Amino acid sequence: MSAVDPVTVEAAGEVTSSDRRGREERSDFGTYLIGKIVSAAVSFLFTLIIGFTIFSIMPSDPVSALTRGRPTSAAQIAELKKQLGIGKPVWQRFFEFVHRTLTGDLGYSYQYHATVSSLIGSRIWPTLLLTGSSTVISIVIGLWLGIRSGWRHGSLLDRLSSGVSLTLWSVPTFWLGLILLVVFSVGFGPIPSIFPAGGMSSPDFGGGAAGHVVDVARHLVLPCLTLVLVVFAQYVTIMRSSIIDELGSPYLLTARAKGLRDDDVRRKHAVPNALLPTVTIIFLQIGGLVGGAITVETVYSWPGLGYLTYNALRIPDLQLLEGTFIIFSASIIVMNLLADLLYRFLDPRVRAT
Amino acid sequence: MLLEVEDLSVSYRTGRDSVRAVRGISFQIGAGGTLAFAGESGSGKSTVALSLLRLLPASATMTGTVRFRGESLLDVNWEMVRAVRWAGASIVFQGAMSALNPVRTIGQQIREPILLHERVGERAARIRTAELLDAVGVSEGRAGSYPHELSGGQRQRVMIAMALACRPNLVIADEPTTALDVIVQAQILNLLTDLVRDTQIGMIMISHDLSVLAETCDRMAIMYAGRIIETGPSRDMIRRPLHPYTRALAQAFPRIGDPGSRLAPAGLAGDPPDLRQDIDGCAFAPRCDVSFGDCTTHPIELWPSGERRESACLRALPDFANRLPDPAAVAEDAS
Amino acid sequence: MTIRPAAPPRTEGLRRFVRAYLRMPTGIAGLVVLIAFVGLALSAPLFIGANDLDVTKVNGPTLAAPSAHYPLGTDQPGRSVLLLVIWGSRTSLAIGVVATVLTMVVGATIGMVAGHYGGLIGRGLMHLTDWFIALPGLPLAISLAAVLGQGATSITIAIAVTSWTGTARLVRAQTLAVEARPFVERARALGARNIQIMLRQVLPNVMPLILVSSTLTVAGAILSETTLTFLGLGDPTDVSWGSMLNQAFNQGAVTGGAWWYLIPPGVAIVIVVLGFTLTGRAVETILNPRMARKS
Repeated sequence: MSAVDPVTVEAAGEVTSSDRRGREERSDFGTYLIGKIVSAAVSFLFTLIIGFTIFSIMPSDPVSALTRGRPTSAAQIAELKKQLGIGKPVWQRFFEFVHRTLTGDLGYSYQYHATVSSLIGSRIWPTLLLTGSSTVISIVIGLWLGIRSGWRHGSLLDRLSSGVSLTLWSVPTFWLGLILLVVFSVGFGPIPSIFPAGGMSSPDFGGGAAGHVVDVARHLVLPCLTLVLVVFAQYVTIMRSSIIDELGSPYLLTARAKGLRDDDVRRKHAVPNALLPTVTIIFLQIGGLVGGAITVETVYSWPGLGYLTYNALRIPDLQLLEGTFIIFSASIIVMNLLADLLYRFLDPRVRAT
Repeated sequence: MLLEVEDLSVSYRTGRDSVRAVRGISFQIGAGGTLAFAGESGSGKSTVALSLLRLLPASATMTGTVRFRGESLLDVNWEMVRAVRWAGASIVFQGAMSALNPVRTIGQQIREPILLHERVGERAARIRTAELLDAVGVSEGRAGSYPHELSGGQRQRVMIAMALACRPNLVIADEPTTALDVIVQAQILNLLTDLVRDTQIGMIMISHDLSVLAETCDRMAIMYAGRIIETGPSRDMIRRPLHPYTRALAQAFPRIGDPGSRLAPAGLAGDPPDLRQDIDGCAFAPRCDVSFGDCTTHPIELWPSGERRESACLRALPDFANRLPDPAAVAEDAS
Repeated sequence: MTIRPAAPPRTEGLRRFVRAYLRMPTGIAGLVVLIAFVGLALSAPLFIGANDLDVTKVNGPTLAAPSAHYPLGTDQPGRSVLLLVIWGSRTSLAIGVVATVLTMVVGATIGMVAGHYGGLIGRGLMHLTDWFIALPGLPLAISLAAVLGQGATSITIAIAVTSWTGTARLVRAQTLAVEARPFVERARALGARNIQIMLRQVLPNVMPLILVSSTLTVAGAILSETTLTFLGLGDPTDVSWGSMLNQAFNQGAVTGGAWWYLIPPGVAIVIVVLGFTLTGRAVETILNPRMARKS
């Protein structure tokens, strides 16, 4: 019964052996990876230029900015001037700045009496914990709601979720944090004080290591909730939009014609296709989470990089501010790089090119 | 009788209007029978195909009777309809690029209906997939490929293999060769006819290309403005079209090997009627070069017009000659 | 010889637009909100004076809950919260609008130049835009405002620097689309200079897009402004929503349970931002029917 016409044989011959295809794919990916890494490095260099411009070139008198309000002797001032390289040509100062940064020397904070890098190092984990947990929760809720809204677009659920998303986008993050703090921590009317008012742990909680975990979790609830509320709406919008884009596609009709139930058509066909652009955009949006983290940590005194940034504003502690700026920039660049690699890995069409 | 359709009508709600895309058609097809549906875009032929398995969007309403293997498909619950889909009757879609899921391998997509409808495991499904690919002339090794890695002809073969996966009794091929070049087109058509003949599967083929249909199907139905306006054995219909529309369609496609056909005027003046309105009399009359007075007033049906032929044209009626006004008036109408 | 692109009579297009807009309830709601707030903000000096704002001149009760005389209660020095909220709208709207204008000018210029001149300049500007997009928004704004010193100007500049990239991309894409059209090719063939083409052919076609996107930009600018002010980067003597919330945070209105001081500024922000967003989206839906499918 097989159609043995010569053109079929020819068609079979035009297939590259999967072996050869595999090798081609790997070398292409290598080139792609290197290209993306170089691009990320250039991007980082640009952020260093901007950082340098803002913190070293723009301030009219960096020495007094650093020592504002603190008595300093002439010898200390001279030492600072040498450190900051004032008097040297701009490009030389810039190279030294890049060199210092890449070797981990981000300056010194006179406010905390510690090196900027040590301060950042001690604050990274709380921020990761907070942003990590809120991102995961936001993505789960956002994708679920986005898929359902987009699939039945125009329905009550869809219109409700769109309305809620829009309103939440219009709410300033810090204000939402304050409200939640008042309601759930201080207690409002009949609602008692359920969660702690700030910080990451209470010294008198007790219970050993397990108790510590519970304690941190208790403190994590409100800041995490605040961040989730503000951020999940974005994911709903993106996912919904991607699903709606797939709605008219012919392969969905094919899936239905095969006898699949509506839920399966959505789950097995529409969602995998809609996830591709969604995943990329989500990773790119994680950079925006940084801003939210700063305000949320401030409101809740959560001892992370965001709270550190807020405290750095007070003098202003310029070296510390610069350090946090560089760290935030670096994390965004890394996220963007991961987004590019992830997309390529997930989409079979892009993989082959 | 494998499939019986009686007085099927389909209308879509768009905004405030209601588009009546299919207006009361009836046909039958037996086991192993091949029926072609021909017509221009908007004639309703694709709508008919989708309506048989109730694949129309929610904004569509269907009336009439559709009986598949003796059971009505229009007033049963969705479980039954989903059971019939693919296992009883399957569809080979056109434009195979977007009809296949871009992020799943073709092997996965062929296995999907097998695993859904038949109680077999993954291994048995893979074996059957390999057999199917072999039957359509695609190398087994390509089961792990993605749709974009195949050529247009290969993708169409995969669509056919997929449609046969659950051994259906009826295959509906909706424009299976549009967008393929002529040589590949010929291969696909041969493949379809071979498979259908060898397995006694019923086939409905839909196209705007009469010559393609004549090669593959025994019988043909021409659709215009949601109605069937002529039916009969396909070759006979093309050689000797009775309805003026069929004649125009037949002349629009020159046949290879018939040089005279290339000289015929191609294309019809005017546009198909607006399907949101009621149409009195013959829907084709405004564009017909031999229409006369009664054409727009007399109710039109499919009348027998010869051996196994039917035509929805007043000229097919035996008392046609009596209806004609005198020649002078005809000349006036035709101008 | 001036070359004018063919266009339908202006009034007909405008009338059609207004009619389409009137059919969108969300757009109308947004516009009403906008007009109300702008009206209040502009007319505030007529009914709010130094007596209500100057901490040395007021004589209301300290942090009192809402009453008949003070519908939204009073703050620490005894000022009426309601009047403070109305007065505070001026700062946010002013900074929001100025920052947006700045954003539009910078973004549109870069976008048009990038779109018009291909080659090194065009690609260079696009790379610049991409690099800017990679910069973290709030940290950049904070750093700029901190270095430039507290105050409205610093905040405005900081917002503009962090927002221009969206406009630049939009304008560049539109510039490319417009310049592909025949009338621009004709203009070039007839010897029109670069500046002429950009100002006469591209700009009029890009303006509607810019105006639509500016409404949405103002919304974001107001959010940014209130955040930066809350973090302490604004003018400390100025009454604004951000500063009110800053004081609520720093001076214990939160723990003291003074909800009347905490809620109104935030609600005001939400309403104003929603107003701009709904209006902007309504206009966008009318001008770009493809978006309508998704909403």
